[in-house]
Amino acid sequence: MLYRETGQFKTTYASDMAIFPLRQDRNALLVLLAFAFVGVPLLAHLHIWPFGSEYLLRAILLPFLILALAAIGVNILIGYCGQISLGSGAFMAIGAYMAYKFANGIPEIGLPALPVLASILLGGLCSALFGILFGIPSLRIKGLYLAVATLAAQFFFDWVFLRVGWFTNYIPSGSVSAPELNFLGWVVDDPVERYLLCLIFVSVFALIAKNLVRGNIGRQWMAIRDMDIAAELMGIRPFFAKLSAFAVSSFIVGVAGALWAFVYLGAWEPLAFDINRSLQLLFMVIIGGLGSILGSFLGAGFILILPILLNQLLPVLMAPLVSLGSSSGAHWLTEFAHHMSSTETVSHLEFIIFGSLICLLLIKEPHGFARLISLAKEKLRLWPFPY
Amino acid sequence: MSAISLAIPGGIGAVLAGLMFALLKGDRRSAVDTIVHLCLAAVAALFIGFLAARAIDNPGGFTEILVGGLLSGVLYSLVALGFVLIFKASGVFNYAQGAMVLVAGLALVRSLDFLLAKGVATVAAIPLAILFAGAVMALCAFVIEKWVLRPLLNQDGLTLFMATIGATFALEGAAQMVFGSDVYPLSLFPTDPMILLESLFPGGILINKLDVWGAVIAGVLVVTLALFFQYTKTGRALRAVADDHAAAQSVGIPISWIWFIVWLVAGLVALVAATVWGTKLGVQFSITFLALKALPVLIIGGFTSVPGAIVGGLIVGAGEKLAELYLGELIGGGIEYWFAYVLALAVLLVRPQGLFGEKIIERI
Repeated sequence: MLYRETGQFKTTYASDMAIFPLRQDRNALLVLLAFAFVGVPLLAHLHIWPFGSEYLLRAILLPFLILALAAIGVNILIGYCGQISLGSGAFMAIGAYMAYKFANGIPEIGLPALPVLASILLGGLCSALFGILFGIPSLRIKGLYLAVATLAAQFFFDWVFLRVGWFTNYIPSGSVSAPELNFLGWVVDDPVERYLLCLIFVSVFALIAKNLVRGNIGRQWMAIRDMDIAAELMGIRPFFAKLSAFAVSSFIVGVAGALWAFVYLGAWEPLAFDINRSLQLLFMVIIGGLGSILGSFLGAGFILILPILLNQLLPVLMAPLVSLGSSSGAHWLTEFAHHMSSTETVSHLEFIIFGSLICLLLIKEPHGFARLISLAKEKLRLWPFPY
Repeated sequence: MSAISLAIPGGIGAVLAGLMFALLKGDRRSAVDTIVHLCLAAVAALFIGFLAARAIDNPGGFTEILVGGLLSGVLYSLVALGFVLIFKASGVFNYAQGAMVLVAGLALVRSLDFLLAKGVATVAAIPLAILFAGAVMALCAFVIEKWVLRPLLNQDGLTLFMATIGATFALEGAAQMVFGSDVYPLSLFPTDPMILLESLFPGGILINKLDVWGAVIAGVLVVTLALFFQYTKTGRALRAVADDHAAAQSVGIPISWIWFIVWLVAGLVALVAATVWGTKLGVQFSITFLALKALPVLIIGGFTSVPGAIVGGLIVGAGEKLAELYLGELIGGGIEYWFAYVLALAVLLVRPQGLFGEKIIERI
């Protein structure tokens, strides 16, 4: 009853082409943004649960925002252009390490230390360059073959950042740390400021990405995704469309990588961007929904929060078992309870539940959360009289 | 390096480049392709020339590394074989193959330890443990087929691939929860080194007996699989399903049963791989990463070819050992980590379907 388009007339081309044509959607987004930009910092400042705890901001919201940004980048490549990539972690690493180099200056080419904002964007740009380079094979290779081919980027850059001292300024430990986060005079330090910074980045890039995929270039990507030969016959240049998707995607992923390193981790090693990061991003995009910006956020939230939730919940669920084991006389039960409640078993159980839930989700909704949301909207439009 | 050790490899390289160029003539489509092919041919010629120069300088050492690399490549093929079987029959790109090797290895080593601790004679314990591990793999195949693959019938390849990653997590967790998560040594095969061809090279060449065993086992496995596919009813049904699901189903082949069989066979291949790799490294969690080692092997050989998996393994094994030793001193160690993937990328640029894969034909 609340979600109706009745009476909302589109009188201009601009309103017809709006991102959110429905007033209810617009209002919901405004409320969400207002809450994210004003409400969360305010609640955190006033120490109101749950936003008063630093844990929520630092360990959940911050990685959520950055990984959502990375997932948007990956979604452009996989969801919109149909080029499967397992090398996203490598492009995050390129963004992070090149931003680090720019922020510390590159004396070899006479470049002084650049401001952080410029370094992050330049890091993204470097990532885009390598994205184009590793995207060239996509002109010949398709589907899962391409996925494995992009693994070459992943393993190659893992090795480069581990072995080539130039990227880490020859620090013996191999672990580099972020410079002071001074954004045009705004020194980002406490968790709320870090959160706000990432929120700004994510909002801006989500808007850019949404508009890109709605426009000419986005339609080219989708045509290539749906059938590249047919798209080519229609006059779309696969060379330009595929490589531009690789460039834009790697740029966003690279910026996310730089943020991940600078704002979230602070000090990092190449291990932070290994193959597991790539798989994690791929999961986010698929569980969230291919070809959906909203889906990237939902997927990122789910994949990030599920392990944290399991980690917190399982010991609690195991507690009754332990007390049962210790109170009962049966020797084997005590043994069993002891075994089940050990941290090792809990972490294995986490693996099992995580894997099974992924399979279950893929079976129940192969098109991801985004499809569920759009189904819910369809239902809501007719509610409560669906006939 | 003498003049001759430069001239000979240079000549070989040039001939090779010309040969590659001529061979690929029909496959080129555009000017970009020609340039890419030329560059790749040049790089390959340089690499081979470089290796040839080293081989002439020190033939004994070179042969030792080459043979060692080829033998370790066969071990990669053992893992890659499981992938190929499943991809051929069900079009599923099975990331879980590495996890299946882990499951098989853990089941084998733990039951073997258990039986030996109970005082069962070794001769009886080994077959019993292998039977048990086989049963565990059958259970895995059943569960995956029934609860992961069948509900996902007709989904696209990417979704199926992600589902097998999910299955990988579940398998890893379950196997370690049930069987434990330490490093368990396994010693089914001798692992002592031996010296070959002493008459030919000064000092002979040193290889590990385990690698030879691995090669023998891989050979037996491939022959068995080939016979199974060629001469049994189930094997023929498997090939029919691999060719065309719908057509196979329409002539009355029970497709879900066939898929169970395929996963079972892949599980048994994983068990064989686990016996060799478990002896080599000890049965431990890191065995699952063998899946990542096997992927470039598949790419080079082609996803759909059993001989391709073997040849790909040989190329990867020899290539990465030689590159590690000879290129490693020039650009830093640890090349093994990515060499196979870059090699696979280069092969894909020339042949998008791998060396032995079926030609990809696209229609609108």
